[in-house]
Amino acid sequence: MLRDITLGQYYQTDSVIHKLDPRVKLIATIAFIISLFVVKSWVGYVVAAVFLAVVIRLSHVPFRYMVKGMKAIVFIMLITVVFNLFLTPGEVLVSFWKIRITKEGLRQAVTMAVRLSFLIVGSSVMTLTTTPNSLTDAMEKLMKPLRVFKVPVHEVAMMMSIALRFIPILLEETDKIMKAQIARGADFESGNLIKKAKAMVPLLVPLFISAFRRANDLAMAMEARCYRGGEHRTKMKPLKYAVRDRIAYGVLAAYFVVCIVIGVYL
Amino acid sequence: MGIIKTDKLVFEYIRRDEEGNVEGITRAVDEVDLDVQRGDFVAILGHNGSGKSTLAKHINAILYPTEGTVWVDGMDTKDDKDLWNIRQEAGMVFQNPDNQIIGQVVEEDVGFGPENMGIPTEEIWERVEESLKAVGMYQYRKFSPNKLSGGQKQRVSIAGVIAMHPKCIILDEPTAMLDPNGRKEVVRAVRALNDVEGITVVLITHYMEEIIHADKVFVMDQGRIAMQGTPREIFSQVEKLKSLRLDVPQVTLLAHELKKSGLRLPDGILTVEELTQELMRIYNARKA
Repeated sequence: MLRDITLGQYYQTDSVIHKLDPRVKLIATIAFIISLFVVKSWVGYVVAAVFLAVVIRLSHVPFRYMVKGMKAIVFIMLITVVFNLFLTPGEVLVSFWKIRITKEGLRQAVTMAVRLSFLIVGSSVMTLTTTPNSLTDAMEKLMKPLRVFKVPVHEVAMMMSIALRFIPILLEETDKIMKAQIARGADFESGNLIKKAKAMVPLLVPLFISAFRRANDLAMAMEARCYRGGEHRTKMKPLKYAVRDRIAYGVLAAYFVVCIVIGVYL
Repeated sequence: MGIIKTDKLVFEYIRRDEEGNVEGITRAVDEVDLDVQRGDFVAILGHNGSGKSTLAKHINAILYPTEGTVWVDGMDTKDDKDLWNIRQEAGMVFQNPDNQIIGQVVEEDVGFGPENMGIPTEEIWERVEESLKAVGMYQYRKFSPNKLSGGQKQRVSIAGVIAMHPKCIILDEPTAMLDPNGRKEVVRAVRALNDVEGITVVLITHYMEEIIHADKVFVMDQGRIAMQGTPREIFSQVEKLKSLRLDVPQVTLLAHELKKSGLRLPDGILTVEELTQELMRIYNARKA
C-alpha cells in the first residue's frame, strides 16, 4: 500500500547520533561540506574520511544504506570525472589519438570524485538518522534570527511539515484517480513522451482540485483549533541541548579547526 | 442563558459574477433561535443543504451572522477580542478525518491545540495523555495518523479538541465518511464525553440512529428549524419526518406501519427492545 511508504530515508535504530539534537546534525553536515572544500591536500581528505567513518560507525546504520544515496548521482559523478580528466590543460601523462590525460587532470578528477562521494555520504548520515519532522523543527529554530528581516520562518516550517504529512495522502489519492480513469478507458502507458504527458491532464486536474479542497478544509480546522501563526505558541516537544550535544559541538569545532589548518598550511 | 444561544440568526451566501456584481443570494440559515443548556447532548438533524453545517460554523466563529447574534458562554461571536476564547470554549470536529489532522504523529496532533493556546510544555503532555485516554486512543499515541482507520482518526480529532479543555464540542457530521463500525466507535466516544466529562455536545448528523440518546433534537429544513423536541417526540411524527426527506430508524418505521394497520402501539418507539416489549404485551393481552 502507498500509505506505508517511508518518507525521506530515515533508518530507525538506537544510537548516539540518532539521539543528538537535530540542530547539531544540521550544523555538522553543513560544516562537513564546507570542510571538504577547504582542504586541498590528501592529508585533509584522510582526516575527513576518518571523521566520517567514526560518525558512521557511531550511527549503527549499515554502510550499504549510505551507498544507496550514491546511485542517484553516479551519472553526474561520471561526467565530472570525465570532463576533469580529459579537459584540464597541463603536463601530459598519457596521450593517444586526440585524447590527452594530464597530471593536473588526473588530480582534479580524483579530488572531485572524492569530494562528491563524501558529500553524499555525509548528508545521507544526517537524513538516515533524523526524521523529516525534527529536521523541520531544527530549521525553524536555527533560522529564527532571520525573522528580523521579516522572513516568515515559522510559517515556512509549518508548511514543510504539513506538506510531509499530506504526501502519502495525495499519493494514495493519485492512485485512486488513476484507477478510476483507467476504468473509464484512460491510457497512461502507451505512446511517446508528449502523448504520455497529455494523458496526465485528466489525472492532474482532479488531483489539484482535491488538493485545494483539502487545503481549505485544513485551514479551517487549524483556525478552529486556535492557530494564529507562530506568536504566543508553545512547543510540545521543544528542542533542548543536552550534554552530548555540547560534546558533539566540541568535537565538530576541533575537526573544523584541523581542516582549516590543513587547508591553509598543506 | 444557556451556553450556546442564537437570536434570530440569519446567514446569506452571496454569489457574485466575475465583475463582482451580486448574482444571487442564498439564505442558508433563516431566523434560527437556538438555546443549548450546559451539559446537554443536542442533536441537529437535516438533509443535505438544510443549513445545519452553516449553523455549526457560527458557533465556532468561523462564519459571522448576516443578521442576528450568536452567544457562546455569554460572549458575542462578532466581538473580535473574544474570538480565541470562543474557539477554545467551543471546539469543533469536522467531517473529513484526513483534512483536520495536522500532526504526523497522533500525540503531536492532539498537542496542536494546546500549543496554539500557549500552554506550558509539561501541561501539554498531561492534557494529551488525559484526552487520548478519554477517547480510548492512548495506546496509539506514537502512530502515524495515516495508519489508523477512519473511526480511530475521528477519535484522535475529538481528543485534539478535548485537549483544549472546551466547554462544548460541535461535531459537524463526524461520521458521514465512516463505515458502520467507525460510526459506532465515534458515537460511543462522544456519549462518554457527555456522560463522564459533562461536556456539552452538539452533534450534527443525518443518521437517525445517532440521535436516539440526545437530550434534545432540532430538525432543520431550508435554513429554518422545522421541528424540535426530545427524540421520542420527534420520532412519533413519522409522516412529517418523511416530508422533510429524513429516514426514520427501521424499528420506528415498523412500529409506525404496524400501528397504522391497527395494532395499539405507542408513538415514537426507538429501540428493538422497546418494540419487542410492546408486542409481547399485546400478545399476552390477547392470549388472556
